[in-house]
Parts: sequence; structure tokens; C-alpha cells
Amino acid sequence: MSTEFAARFEHVDILFPPAEGRAARAPLARAAAMLDEGHTRADIIETTGVVVGAADVNLEIAKGEIFVIMGLSGSGKTTVLRAVNGLNKISRGRILIRHGDQTIDMTNPAPAALRSLRNRAVSMVFQQFALLPWRTVRRNVELGLELRRTGETETRETVDRWLDLVGLLPWAEKHAHELSGGMQQRVGLARALVTDPDILLMDEPFSALDPLIRNKLQDELLSLQQSMHKTIIFVTHDLDEALKLGNRIAIMKDGQVIQVGAPEDIVLRPATDYVAEFVRHMNPLTAIRAASLMRPLDAADDVQGAQFSFTDDRSHYRLSLRPDGTLDGLSCNNAAIAVHPVDGETATPEGAVGIVETTHLLKDVVEQRQRSGHPVLVAEDGRIVGWCGANEVLDALTHAGRATMTDATPTLVLATS
Amino acid sequence: MNGIESVQYWIVHHAIPLGAWATAAITALKDNFQGFFNILSDVLGFLLDNTTGALDWVSPLILIVLFAGLTWYFKKSWKLALFVLLALAFVLNQGYWERTLETISLVAYATLACMLIGVPLGVATAHHPTLYRILRPVLDLMQTLPTFVYLIPTLVLFGLGSVPGLISTIVFVAPTPVRLTYVGISNVPRPLIEAGQAFGASPWELLWKVEIPAALPTILAGLTQVIMLSLSMVVIAALVGAGGLGEPVVEAMETVQIGRGFTSGLAIVILAVILDRVFRPERENA
Repeated sequence: MSTEFAARFEHVDILFPPAEGRAARAPLARAAAMLDEGHTRADIIETTGVVVGAADVNLEIAKGEIFVIMGLSGSGKTTVLRAVNGLNKISRGRILIRHGDQTIDMTNPAPAALRSLRNRAVSMVFQQFALLPWRTVRRNVELGLELRRTGETETRETVDRWLDLVGLLPWAEKHAHELSGGMQQRVGLARALVTDPDILLMDEPFSALDPLIRNKLQDELLSLQQSMHKTIIFVTHDLDEALKLGNRIAIMKDGQVIQVGAPEDIVLRPATDYVAEFVRHMNPLTAIRAASLMRPLDAADDVQGAQFSFTDDRSHYRLSLRPDGTLDGLSCNNAAIAVHPVDGETATPEGAVGIVETTHLLKDVVEQRQRSGHPVLVAEDGRIVGWCGANEVLDALTHAGRATMTDATPTLVLATS
Repeated sequence: MNGIESVQYWIVHHAIPLGAWATAAITALKDNFQGFFNILSDVLGFLLDNTTGALDWVSPLILIVLFAGLTWYFKKSWKLALFVLLALAFVLNQGYWERTLETISLVAYATLACMLIGVPLGVATAHHPTLYRILRPVLDLMQTLPTFVYLIPTLVLFGLGSVPGLISTIVFVAPTPVRLTYVGISNVPRPLIEAGQAFGASPWELLWKVEIPAALPTILAGLTQVIMLSLSMVVIAALVGAGGLGEPVVEAMETVQIGRGFTSGLAIVILAVILDRVFRPERENA
């Protein structure tokens, strides 16, 4: 991974001067000096008027990963994102971007080189969509190819393909304002992908959408990513979104990166109280997987060969396994009951016990329990490995809050994609 | 003499010779650039006269039907087309046809010139704040200075006729498209500009593919205003011999002819209503 980076930030400072042009030089120099002396952001703005957007940011973003930059507003996350395509200028340090077999230094690119980079290597999806309202959906998506002067036939084919992929082909000739927010952002996504960039920048792309649509677009992005393997740099202020989408997450505060890591690292080993505070407010329902909340079979009350029995909610359950680990039979208080593997397509019949995969989320487990009134069995590749009763669900819900403070719950496995 | 009186005496008897300077400036302009002003005057006069001549060459009835037809074609409203037809027939009936054609060509050239000067200047001021700071007092001066005041120097530089009328009209009207284009381009939403930049647009592409289309409603509102303001100069232009519908108004005023004043005034109003309805941009439904 060391050489296969898509973008690399090396000691990047981004400073916003109070004035333009020549008048900016003196305050910028003063602010840079103060930054080196370790003054705070508040000190620097008071003395020099310079806003520190980002300070000493070091990041290496690997090819093909979804890298989430998370922080509250004013933390510098968008500032850092916008430096990748030069919408914000880097004051010190450098950003390197891999395009094909070239490495491009974004520190002070020539205008033509910058345009070519934006047109071919890096594209962007905006929070407020930023579609051109006088253009149709098709003409909006064409923008990048039009600026590249791609031929008419090729443009049409490419645009049609992407419109079809985001499900907007029937709407191609409509104007943006005739579409719902979710559809408008699909246009934004298609517009960004149509140029086949190496890096896709997404600046809180789903924040302006209502929660249901947001969830749907997150799923769509993940399923698109399964086939396209783009490098995506995704900015959000929502930890649940970060945990759901990110292969790795960087947490920013006051212009600085305070922790970078896989989602499990962030949740289980928060580097600072600030991160811990964030994690405390995450939603465990969509972050914790069945594998981490289940009780493993060997913890059953009574194990006799392939027979396991346990008690949950004052009922006595007994299950027997075949030699290959698959379920042979299940009884509740000595009466046989039906089971149903949860596959997301067919609903579990009334009264049947659901079998979820280890990768299912806590919310799926809760839903199955609620539906059957029985515990939920957990399987891995068809083999039954554990179960989730009332206690396990409650533990997971409450542990999620406590896990952030200590390392006392090492079995907690997070929803990583 | 006490102190206050002597200060007053000093102020009154040391008048700043602004008037003399203005005269000297215009005279210097005339002496040094007479050739340029003559050529400009000839070219503009040629264009104005020949446009009017060409329109006058066509039979009035054919032209009226043509105008009504164009109205129907562009505005898709038979009511408006019918109004244009009847209104122009009324102008013909009252004997102001040729005057109307003169006014139409004056308004057309003034509008063309103002938009050609005003829109690029407006774009430039929006992109360069310093230029706007310098230009703003000039624009204010052009719009607030009583028109009669700059009628005098234009007379000196261009002589009597339709050209000084055109120039005065341009001076009065040109600030409007500058201002409206400035407003339109300055108010293009920041995210749209950034979207253009983020996909690799050059400054020129950004202007044509993002800024101008986004500012177009404001620029078109400017066009309508330019037409109406140009028409409002028609009587003043007639004072320096520009002809057109202002001329019978001026004549009627000088000879106290109530009837002629009324009918020629009505012809101007009718032309104003037609131009306003035909060139007013469609309501945006977005």
C-alpha cells in the first residue's frame, strides 16, 4: 500500500488571509510563524486576522478505498477536501495525486495542468448539488465531457450509461428543479463519474437529504463502488455515515487531524476524549454486527455433543446440529419450531425463528426478535455459531455507549464494509 | 469688513474656473480629434438614415403585417399580435409612420450600442472589483447629469442631426446594462462557479457556460430597460434634430398645437407599450 496511494497530504497548512493579493502576505507570514510556535487557532485569528483552515495535515489515501473525513462544522474537513482539486489553495506543505503513472504535485499547479487534473483525475460531488438549473439532466451530466471536447456520439453513449446506472435515464430531458433532492444528487454523482476520474471528492453529498433517501443513496454508492473501485474521499459530520461507508476514517477538529483509522479503531480505541464523545452518540443499531453481539454456542447452558440448550426470556430452547454444523432441529419448551434463514428478500413466516448471518446489523437482529418473539440464531456460511436473546440485544445497545470509554468489550465487532 | 465677510468676499471673487476648463476640454477634443468625430458622425448617420430609408421603402401595410407576424411567432400570443397590428395601423392613420420608423431605428441602434458596450463592461466590473469602484461614480454621473447638459458638447462634436441624438441616448442609457450585468454576474451562486471550475472549465468557458447563462434573466431585464430608456430620450433627441416621434412633440410645443401634441404623444406611448410587451422577458416559472 505504501506506493499505491491515490492522494497524499504532507504537512499541509491551509490559511485564509483577511485580504486579497499583496495585502495578504504579511498576515499570512505572521500566521504561519505563530502556527509553528504552537499558538491556537483563536490566537492566530485575533492577532493576524488569518483563519487557519487546516494545520499540519498528513494523510495517505489508498487507491480504491473510501476515505471518510469526519468532523463538526468548522473542523476543516471540507477545507482539506477542496484542496485536493485546488478549490482551496495550499499555504504550506504539499498534496500529491496519482494519475495514471504520473504523480501530480498540487502545491502550485499551472492553470492548464490544474484544469486537466480537474477534468480527468479528480471530480467532485457538492453538498447543495450545484446543478446548472438552465440545463437538462443530460446536459448537466455532460459537463465534464463537454469541457474535454469529447465527440457527440461518445458523449451520448457515456452519459446514457451513467444515467442508466443511477436510474435516471427516463428523466434525462427534465430540468434539475423538476427532480427530488435525492434524484438531483444522483445527477450530481453521474456528472462526477462520467469523466471516469481516479479520485471522487464528495463534500457532505447526502447531508441535504432526508434520512430515508440518505440511507438509500449510501447503499447505492456502496453497490456502485463494488464494481467501480474508485478512490473516494468523503466528507461528513455524521459518524453513522462515516462508519457505514468508510474503509478508513480521519477525524478532524480545529483544522487538525486527531485520529485516522479503520472504523473499529475509531470506536474501540478513540484517541482523545473528543473522539470518544463522538462515538458515544453513534447509533448502535446500524453500527454493530450480529457477530459481536451474539452469544457463542459453546456458552450454552448445556452442551452434549451436537445438542445445545439455553434459556431465554423464561423459555427453554434446545437445538441440534448436523455434523457439518448446519441446523438439524430446534425446539422451544420441547415443541419443535420452524426456522427461516434471513436473506432480505422473503419475510420470516409468523412464529418461525430467524437465522441471521454474522454480518447482519443489530437492527436486523432486533427486527427478527420482534417478529418471532424468539431468540435469533446466528450463522456463518450456513453453520450455526451462536444466538442472540433479549439479554444480548440489551447488552449491545448499552455496551455501545460504554465501549467507547474502555477496552472492556473486546468482542464488539463493527459494521465495516 | 469683518472677518466673515472678508472670507465670503474671497470665496466669491476666486471662482474656480470649472466652466472654462470644461469648455477647454471639449474644444481640445474637437480640435484634436475632429477627424475621428467626423468619421463616427458620418458612419452612424449613414447607418441610421439608411435603416430608416430601407424600412420606409417597404409598403407600411406589409411592414405592419410583418411586425404582427413576428410578434405572433416569438410570443405565441394572437392577442398581442392583434394589438401590434391595430396599434401600428393607428399610428399610420395619424400620419406618424415615417417618424415612427426614424424612432425605431434610433432606438434599435442605441440599444445595440448600449448592450455591446454595457454587457462586456458589466462582466469586467463584476470580475474586477477595483474597476467597479472606479466606474461607479462615472455611471452615477452619466445617469444623474441632466441630459440637456451633455446635449451641448455632443452638438459641438457631432453637429445637428440624428447622430448627437443617438450619442446622448447612449450616454444616458449605457450605465443601465453595465449595472444589471454587474448585478447578474456578481450574484451567480458560488457553488455553480465552483462546479464549473471543479470540472476543469477555463475562465472563458466558465463565463460562457456558467456565468452568462446564470445571469441571463438579469441581463435580459436590462435589455428591456435599455429599450424603454432609449425611447424615453426620443423628445430630447428631437431637440438636436434627430427627427423621429419627438419632432412633432417639439413642434407642437413651440407652436402651441394641442391636438398635434396629443396625437404625437399618443404615438410615442403606443410604441412604448408595443416595445415593452414584445421585449419583456417571459416570467420564469422555476
